[in-house]
Order: sequence, then C-alpha cells, then structure tokens
Amino acid sequence: MIQLKVNGVARSFGGNPEMPLLWYLRDVLGLTGTKFGCGVALCGACTVHRDGDAVRACVTPMSSLSGANITTIEGIGTSGLHPVQAAWIQHNVPQCGYCQSGQIMQAIALLRTTPKPSDQQIDDGMAGNICRCGTYQRIRAAIKTAAKEPA
Amino acid sequence: MSAIYNLSRRGFLKGIAGSGALILGAHYIPTVLWADEPAATRTQADLATLHPNIFVGVDTDGTVHIVAHRSEMGTVIRTSLPMVVADELDADWKRVKVEQAIGDPRYGDQNTDGSHSIRSFYDTMRVAGATARFMMIQAAAQQWAVPASECKTDLHAVVHSASGRRLGYGELASAASKLPVPKKEELQFKKKDAWRYVGKGMDSVDLTDLCIGKAQYGMDVRLDGMVYASIEHPPVFGGKVKSYDEKAPLQVAGVQQTLPVDPFKPPCGFQPLGGVAVIADNTWAAFQGRKKLNIAWDNGPNETYNSDAYAKELHETARQPCKAIRSEGDVDSAFAKGGPVFEGDYYVPLLAHASMEPMVALAEFKDGKVTAWAPTQNPQAVQAIVSQELGIPKENVVCHVTLLGGGFGRKSKPDYVAEAAVLSKKLSRPVKVVWTREDDIKFDYYNAVAAMYLKASLDAKGKPTAWLQRSVFPPIPSIFDVNAVYGDAGHMAQGWTDMPYDIPNLRIENGPAKAHVRIGWLRSVANIYHAFAIQTFTDELAHRAGRDPADYLLDLIGPPRTLDLKATGYPNYGASPDTYPWETGRLRHVTEVAIEKSGWGKKKPGKGSGIGIAAHRSFLTYVAAVVEVEVSDDGDIKIPRVDMAVDAGLVVNPEITRAQFEGAAVFGTSVARSGEITAKGGVITQSNFDDYPVARINEAPYQTNVYIVESDAPPAGVGEPGVPPFIPALCNAIFAATGKRVRELPLTRTNLARGA
Repeated sequence: MIQLKVNGVARSFGGNPEMPLLWYLRDVLGLTGTKFGCGVALCGACTVHRDGDAVRACVTPMSSLSGANITTIEGIGTSGLHPVQAAWIQHNVPQCGYCQSGQIMQAIALLRTTPKPSDQQIDDGMAGNICRCGTYQRIRAAIKTAAKEPA
Repeated sequence: MSAIYNLSRRGFLKGIAGSGALILGAHYIPTVLWADEPAATRTQADLATLHPNIFVGVDTDGTVHIVAHRSEMGTVIRTSLPMVVADELDADWKRVKVEQAIGDPRYGDQNTDGSHSIRSFYDTMRVAGATARFMMIQAAAQQWAVPASECKTDLHAVVHSASGRRLGYGELASAASKLPVPKKEELQFKKKDAWRYVGKGMDSVDLTDLCIGKAQYGMDVRLDGMVYASIEHPPVFGGKVKSYDEKAPLQVAGVQQTLPVDPFKPPCGFQPLGGVAVIADNTWAAFQGRKKLNIAWDNGPNETYNSDAYAKELHETARQPCKAIRSEGDVDSAFAKGGPVFEGDYYVPLLAHASMEPMVALAEFKDGKVTAWAPTQNPQAVQAIVSQELGIPKENVVCHVTLLGGGFGRKSKPDYVAEAAVLSKKLSRPVKVVWTREDDIKFDYYNAVAAMYLKASLDAKGKPTAWLQRSVFPPIPSIFDVNAVYGDAGHMAQGWTDMPYDIPNLRIENGPAKAHVRIGWLRSVANIYHAFAIQTFTDELAHRAGRDPADYLLDLIGPPRTLDLKATGYPNYGASPDTYPWETGRLRHVTEVAIEKSGWGKKKPGKGSGIGIAAHRSFLTYVAAVVEVEVSDDGDIKIPRVDMAVDAGLVVNPEITRAQFEGAAVFGTSVARSGEITAKGGVITQSNFDDYPVARINEAPYQTNVYIVESDAPPAGVGEPGVPPFIPALCNAIFAATGKRVRELPLTRTNLARGA
C-alpha cells in the first residue's frame, strides 16, 4: 500500500505501482481536472504539485509517491479562486482550456520560486507547457498580473 | 419544415457519398424555428413555460434557457450565438442559462467548421430572440389593455412608459406561451444602437470552469460500469490484421480482453480504421496491453508510400500543364512574347492537427440504441456513422456534445466515436475509447501536402502581364471516393481560383494527386498552402522589381473592384456572392491598416531583423498580417511582433475575435517552424510533440496586435482566417532579414544560419 495525500485527503493505493499518478487521479479518484495530453512529459497538460513543486503526473509512477503531498487544480482554490486563477479569468486566457489546468499549476509553481519573473524567466518556466490554441500572450500577461498580488 | 440550402464547400459530397449515410451536406439553416418533430432528448428550452422555438425558452422564474447547437472548442461560440438571442430578447445575461444541444437535424447544420457559425446563424438567432420578445410585449399589452405599440422591453421586462407599469419576463412567460408564435415578417429587430451584447462582447460562459478544472471535456466523461479501450490501428492506411497475440495483453493487471476491430470498407469516410482493441479497467492498463499484442499486419498497397518521393511527383506534376479552372486573356501568348519571366516552386507538407485533447469518446449501446458522449465538431455525423456501422436508425443514436479540447477540423470526423459504439455493441457495456498522442499524430486526417508552381511575365516596371499558377495536392474528396485525385471546387476556391490581382492574362490550374493517407480539413485548410505560394511569390516579384513589398502588394491588389468569379463556379464558402461579394477594396483597406499600425517602413530593422507582409481573404474575411522577425546567427527565429488587420464584417464578440487571431498567429508559427508529417513505407514517421513540435511560449510571437476594422458588412469567419496570411508574412520577413527565400515549409527545410 502506498500512502499519500491528494488535495489534503489521505489516500492509500494498492494497485500497480508502475501506474502513473495521472491515471490514478483521473480514472481511480475521478479528479479529471488534470489532463492527458502526451503521456511522456512533453506537453505539461498533466502538471500537478508534489509538495509544492510542479511535476508531470503522466510520468510520475505511484511507486515514487509514498508520503507525498499532491495538489491538483481542484485543490488550489478551495477557499475561492487562487490569485493565478483570478488573473487567468481577468485576462480571458483560455480558449479550448484543455491545457489550462497544467498551465495554471505550472505558473503557481513558477511564482512560488520566482515571485517577480522576467520575460525570460516566464519563458524558461512555462516552455514545457503547450497550448495549441496559442494563448501564450495572455498567459504571460496573467502571470505578470498575478505576480503583482501580495504572496 | 422549409429550408435554405446553401452550396457549401462540402456540397459536392452529397453526390458522391453514395449510401447517404454521411451527412456532410449543405449548411442547412432552419427557417421555421418551431420544430414539430419530437426530439430524442428535450432541452430545458423545450420544457420551459414559454418555448416559442427550438433555441429559446423562458421559465416563470424568469430564467431564459438558450440552446447552443454549435460545438465549443475555444472559439467561445457557445457564448457568442446565445448572446445574439439574448440581445434580441432584451434578456439580462445574468439570468440566461446556456445549454448544449445534442446532435439533432432540427437545429440545421451542426458541423462546427468552416468558420461559419456566426455567419450562418446570426439571423436565425436574432429571429429566435425577437420572437420571444414580441410575445412578451403582446402578453403585457393584453394584460394592461393597451396597444402593443405603446410597450417596449427594458432588460428582462416589458414596460408601459405612459402608465409606468412594468412586468418581468418571468411574470409574462405563462401568458406569452398562450399566444400564437409570430411570423418573421411581424418581428421588429433592435436597432444597432440598442444592442446590449452584440459588438460589445461577453466572456465565455465556461470561463471560470475552464480555470478551476471543472469544465467537462470528452476525456472527462465517466459512466458507471464503463470499460476503457485503446486500439492498435494498422500502421499503414488501409492495412489489415493478419494475426495477433490474444493472451499476452492479459498479463497486464487491469486488462480484461482483446477484440478485433474490423477494417473499413473503402472509401474510408469516417469509418473506424480497424485494428485490435485492448479492453481494461483503466486507461493506462489499456495502453500497456497494446504493447503486448504482437500484431502481424497486411499493409496493403500504401506501404509503397514515401513522402520524399511523393513530394517529387507533386512537383513534377506541377511543372506540367494541368486542368485549367480559371482562365482569362491568353497566358501562353504572353509568355511566348519573350520579355522577363519569373517562376517559383512552393511546397507545404502534410500537417497534423494535434489538438491538446486526443481523440476520445464514450458510447453505450443498449436496447438497440446508442448514447454517445464525444468532443465532436459534428454530432450529426456521429449519428450517421454510428447508424451505418451498427445498422440502426440515425434516430436511435443520441450524441451528447462535450467541450472539445481543441478541434481544428479533426473532430469533424467522428471515426473515434464510431469505434466506441462498435466496441460497446460487442461488449454490451459502456466503452470509452482513448487515443494516445501517438495515435493522434499517426492516424490523423492530415491537411493535404501541396506543391505549387507559379510563373509570371513582367513589364518594364516589374508588374505581371501574365500569371500562371498550378496547385497539386491529394484532395479531401479522396476519403469519400477512392478515385478522387483533383481538388474540388470548394478547396480550389480557398485562395486559389479567387487569386485577386488584376492581371490581363491569367490561368489557374490544378493537377491530380492520389492520396495514401486520410486527408482532411485543418484550420483554414487549402488556404494555408495557397496563400503561402501566392503571397511569397508576390514578395519575390516585389524584390525583383526593386519595390517596397507593401507598396507592390497594394499595387497588385489594385483599385477597389468586385471580383466576378461566376464563370469558375466559385462557391464563396457557401455564401451568396450578392451578400458576400469578393471586394478587393476591403483587402486593400486591411493591408493599408496593417501597414500603418505596424509602422511599416518607418523603423530601420537591426542586424538579422526583418519585416514581412501578406494579405488574404478566407472564409469571407479579409486579413493582412505584418510580421517582425529576428534571425540569430545560428538560424533560430524569434517573432517579437505581429500586426493583423481584420475585416470580418460585423464582429459579435470583439475580445474573443482578437484572441482567435492571436491564436492563429501561434498556429501559423507552428506550421511554419516545424509542421511536417512524413511517411516511410506508408508508416507515419512522427509520433508525439518531440518529433511533431508545436510552438511553445518561447517560440510563439511575443506580441500580436489585432485591429478589427469597423464594417457594415454582414458577419464573416474569425476562427481560421488569421492563419493563411501570417505564414507567408513570416517567411517574407525572414527573407528581409536574411536574404534567404523560404519556398518550402517548414523552416527546418531551409538553413537560416548565417553564412549557410
């Protein structure tokens, strides 16, 4: 049994330890806000937080998560919108929206380590997250807006 | 029910679809909004107290239900069309509930493609809203015993100014429901200055859900008792399974069984490709089980397909006389006169859609009926193909439309939904078919690979006196007719037969090409390669003439005039040439706006920097793009700025429209930088975002400015038209920066490194 926390709730997992976290979240727990995009950590649609750091759930095996604290898009704004989500709404970022859970989780992790990111730091921090609709300009603007919020 | 049948760019399919199972017909717009036929599933609008038509209903608590019958894939259409209804109803947007329609012919065309949702349904939505408003006014007037002409609406209420009386829509719904539904001729539409929402715009009704992980895509739908399926498809188009290991996949924990999926009977249409399905308790187990199938394939005739050799064939065909589809003056005589002649060969490869959500569908076969949940652009095509595959009536197929994680044309083709239905019937339980990214890239309906040849003779000032252009590409009709090798009128018309320059001697040709993969529609379709060739060739001619490319482009567009393309049978995207004439003055105007706003010619580009321009009309919208590029010494490009001027007629939702053009610049960047699907031995080479890269934040344009031109013209498309001019504008900028001409896409085919 693997013991972990997902959005603050204690969970135990007794299935195939090679199963990636993504499918545990989606198919087992029904937390479908975390998306499947590529399966090999190329697109970032599955980005979640492990102890506050952004990780790609699609390549994170359950066997590596003993004692981990996992936060998904469903878990970041439990007391209303997270400032990054509010900035996303203010800038009308999403088009289809499918990648945006991952983008938001990545942006929150970026702002945690780099509260006032430069353009270059935004590029470096966000380049692993693909948006096929092409909302990058608004993502950049939203991150800058969120960066103005008190941490 | 009466109908208007517009000739669509897919109109040709009605003739050749044969069995009639494919509904890719004309854009059918219901003119009588009251549908007597029982719908498979009633909407909240149907069930509301006042339900004057199929698009709107009003409850006694004042809730207004508006039906969105088009698919939401990020264009915000399921907000923008209901907004038009709400505006004409004078409804309070806060009290509007938008609900998504199932696939049902009563709504008319539901294939959310071709950038025509607003254009085709703007009037219908106005009628839907104005009808309900008319009935509210009548009901209030009767109650107050005053003439209806003394009453007007004021945000969700009817008021009688003289007496100061006011009744809310909720209070009036019941009385209004007992009145006859007015004819369209009786309706009064709101004047433009009274519009609350149209032209001002609203955020997506899904905006918050999209940011908190609550929005439900096809990938997210779950049903009790469902199983997950993942299918190993034939690696070569048209291939068949010879043998496979039924047992080995069962070693994977969670795998329940394997099942063959029948190969399609040509033509492929939207049938499943065939292969072997692995059925499992969860998605991941199904993916793992596939690795143990050990399938032996009979590849069939397409295993000889190699994209490099095929490209050469296309170019050779383009260098030979082909079928003329538009001819004016005498090109041959003009070329024979001697004088300077310039020519060029252009190439755009196969392109994959790569929507962020791979193909996925959930279907349940029960009691001879199928209920499907799918991210589909085309729910009525789902009904048709499932009906055909399972041998059940279309009416017995209910297709719920989820949000789409991108579509770009791929999700107009519901082969993946048919797979889920076929498997559900075999297994007698709900089945969710999930494609991997690799499946998505390798088994797409690709945008056609195209070779183009252009030739012009020039006068002393470098202006063309004769112009020949040939385009050769495997056509989309090949998925419906295995013998189709020529472009159909609808796709030839996408930026090719409507070449807008005023040149006395002109011939436009199309050559044959046989398809070896499935060809399909992708955001702006044939406009991608046609605009690339014409707008690059134009830039080449400008430089040859020593002219400023923007001035030269304006010169070729010429003075304002209306193109007469009747002789070519120009389909005009299914729209009437009277309502939507091809006006070169509008193309000229957006070009002038883009020149002015971008500061064209006013800035001196630094070393390795350049600026390029292109203009193009597609989906009845006129767009000019100016792109700035920086090319590093080792050939990497950065795009600091893009300026796009847009004349799309009436723009219903301006902020959303700007976003569509920002996105088009990124989509175009992906096409230009790295968009290329190749094949060896009939097998697609690419598989995921490592070998089919799409633009990332550090590669996309840094700033795209969109200028929407004020226009009294009727509404036109906004989802696709930004893509075609962006790509040649970028490539022309690269020439300005480096002196290197890009005639083949993607840019990886041209070494842009300094000194290379």
